[in-house]
Amino acid sequence: MIPKSSNSSRPNEAPVFTADAAEPVALEMSGISKRFGPVQALSDVTFRVRKGTIHALCGENGAGKSTLMKILAGVYRPDSGSTRIRGEERVFETPADALASGVSMIYQEVDLAQDLTVAENVFLGAEVSGFLPFVMSQHAMDAETDRLAREYGFAVDPRARVGDLSTGDCQIVEVLKALRRNASIIVLDEPTSSLSENEAERLFAVVRTLRGRGIVIVYISHRLEEVMGLADDISILRDGKIVHSDRAATMDIAAIVRHMVGRELNDFFPSRKAVIGDVRAQVEGLSSGRGAQNVSFSVRRGEIVGMAGLVGAGRTEVARALFGVDPKTSGRLLLDGELLEIASPADAIRNGIAFLTEDRKRTGLCLELPCTWNITLPNLETLGMKRVVWPGRETAIALQTATRINIKWSGPGAPATSLSGGNQQKLLIARWLLANSRFLIFDEPTRGIDVGAKREVYTLMNALAEEGRAILFISSELPELFGVTDRILVMRRGRLVGDLKTSEATPDKVMHLAAVEQNS
Amino acid sequence: MNAFMRKILPFASLIIIVVALSILRYDTFLSVDNFVNVLSRSSINGIVAMGMTAIIISGGIDLSVGAMLALSGMVGAWTMLSLAGSDPAGALWAVPSDIPAGPGRPPEPTALAMAAGTLAGMLTGTFCGFVNGALISKLRLPPFIVTLGTMSSLRGIAYVMNDGQPHNVATYKYLGEGMVGGVRVCVLLVALVAILAVLGLRYTRLGRYTYAIGSNREAAFHAGINVDRCLIWIYTLTGLAVGIAAMIATSRTVSAQPTAGKELELDVIAAVVIGGASLSGGRGTIIGTIIGTLLISFLRNGCTLLGISTNVQLIVIGAIIVAAVTVDQLARAKAE
Repeated sequence: MIPKSSNSSRPNEAPVFTADAAEPVALEMSGISKRFGPVQALSDVTFRVRKGTIHALCGENGAGKSTLMKILAGVYRPDSGSTRIRGEERVFETPADALASGVSMIYQEVDLAQDLTVAENVFLGAEVSGFLPFVMSQHAMDAETDRLAREYGFAVDPRARVGDLSTGDCQIVEVLKALRRNASIIVLDEPTSSLSENEAERLFAVVRTLRGRGIVIVYISHRLEEVMGLADDISILRDGKIVHSDRAATMDIAAIVRHMVGRELNDFFPSRKAVIGDVRAQVEGLSSGRGAQNVSFSVRRGEIVGMAGLVGAGRTEVARALFGVDPKTSGRLLLDGELLEIASPADAIRNGIAFLTEDRKRTGLCLELPCTWNITLPNLETLGMKRVVWPGRETAIALQTATRINIKWSGPGAPATSLSGGNQQKLLIARWLLANSRFLIFDEPTRGIDVGAKREVYTLMNALAEEGRAILFISSELPELFGVTDRILVMRRGRLVGDLKTSEATPDKVMHLAAVEQNS
Repeated sequence: MNAFMRKILPFASLIIIVVALSILRYDTFLSVDNFVNVLSRSSINGIVAMGMTAIIISGGIDLSVGAMLALSGMVGAWTMLSLAGSDPAGALWAVPSDIPAGPGRPPEPTALAMAAGTLAGMLTGTFCGFVNGALISKLRLPPFIVTLGTMSSLRGIAYVMNDGQPHNVATYKYLGEGMVGGVRVCVLLVALVAILAVLGLRYTRLGRYTYAIGSNREAAFHAGINVDRCLIWIYTLTGLAVGIAAMIATSRTVSAQPTAGKELELDVIAAVVIGGASLSGGRGTIIGTIIGTLLISFLRNGCTLLGISTNVQLIVIGAIIVAAVTVDQLARAKAE
């Protein structure tokens, strides 16, 4: 046992690491504290990563994961504490220092230059010059990138333009970039949140390959299934403290969730009580130029219908065409038997359709505007404020809705950006609650939000269904599709390839439909 | 620097400038005449700045306001003169006179002709604004490029209209010098436009949508806002404001100059930015813009009174714009 620090008797101190002293530690951050104004983001955190392991860092949003990793990456300086890499104490003043010490971060949103090639991105800032000084050698960079990719068994074309690559490929480019810098510690922050299941599988293989080459991986994810499948060790942060850190083999998902939220979440998916009624939304032969091909389905009153599929299968495109974001090339939508002509989101909203988009920052919220404005934005007309806005009445209405779904904010006038991810998502849900929509489309509503907020979203969806609304629930996470829906539609390459009762479906069956070409 | 300090900084700067000038030039600065002069001169910039504030909040920009002002004034004055010229003795459009109209004596428009001309000038501005808005929204062109183009074209039309010569309207004095209840008409007009702008941005759906579009155009579209229609309205109403300002400018100099409003766009954008609006959209207030406009006006006035040349004034104004934006960025970086 590593000798415990003298203050380990404090009640909140974690049972820090049970690794043997013989096992070498690649990274050790000890006694790290960081305060932002009144908020103690991290208090006396000790985080050890064994050599040659994948170490998962779990915690709800705001638990301090990002802060800890930004300290490791040299973005923030800790108020106290030290960082040792392979036993040597390092002080990172800038991100460049961390990179020089072999620490590379790969963030959720990949930051690559879209118009440059793979090789140019890999060598960005360290271009190789050829015979002529100041003139970079495209050939040398391509060759070296190709060599690196082959060495690790990644299939990427060094000459491909990054903007043309899938998200999964972009992450591999990020990994190559880190390898080119001789990274010995790679931090992956929510790498799979925008990947399809098979792209994620490919990334896991990459991560395991890296581990095989002696590179230490710190892996941050909200998806506990993949954490369990991938990690050797797991550390759990809660309220700025490491509350548990141990071998993955000694834990299960329930235990992780318990440590993360500090309480037991027995029934993670709330029970369904909605009564399923008549057909509410009927989609017939829907096609759009962007990818949906002849899609037909229906959603009944009180029903939550899931939509599964790989990224790029055309699920979001179906939603966009229904909501009038993209023009449809053919097909029609009937709501309560009435044929609707929808040419714009305004038409859709007027007819009682709501669309919670998958990217709340890009297509959902006006981040710097007050929370109340974000809630009422599509609803001013129906609230009787067609021309004149009455701020007093508006705030009262928004406040009522926000209270109903328990949004936590510092005040109704606070900008949306000041809220946590889960509460931002709830602002958008409040918006559509207020719109009193008949047919709601939720596109990846739990992406990037923490476990507690996820459950609240499921509960809200249930409550909406119980009121007789029809819900189309697009998700890339099978567990939540199985936990929440009544039926699951499966999309592949723009077509609807499956319509299964949830009670009769299995994850294997859904994945098979989504991923494998059927011979008909 | 916290958010509160950032908010009051332009106001505090304005007070400091006014107090400093009061001490340095108590003889000339602290006079009713001087204040009336500064206020009425800033009325033109002020009215244009109200519209520009809305445009900048919506995430756009309008570089053509100066050229639009010149053209609106030219059209307005030309209308007055044409009406008067077409009707030398009818007394409807022109003041009857024994001397026949001709090169020796320009026709004198009646109040009715002047009113018609004023309306024509306002409509010209409105139409130009509509064209800007339509090009920007329907063709999805960047506002910077569209208005850079219209800036040049409108200025060109203003020159072509009378071969680069001004249209003189010697009797058109009401908007520039007229008084109502002891206050200059132009000052009343800027106050009226300001009140409408404050109410419009704060209490109308269009105002709310203006902020939403500037904050996140995609999100606004997904929330069912007809973004194109809103943008057309915003640019059209700004055009109307420019039209009003153009007629005040024409009246102040009793002639419409094709060179009027040169670099007006710079002063106006500067005033809006100093007032706290963000060029990336979603942020800005009319009160801030008023303070920004007054700040620039008093600064120019002070420089003149202190004997600093207009050339040096350009340097000072430029430095202040950069300083205002720097302070804004610092305050925001701190807030995050």
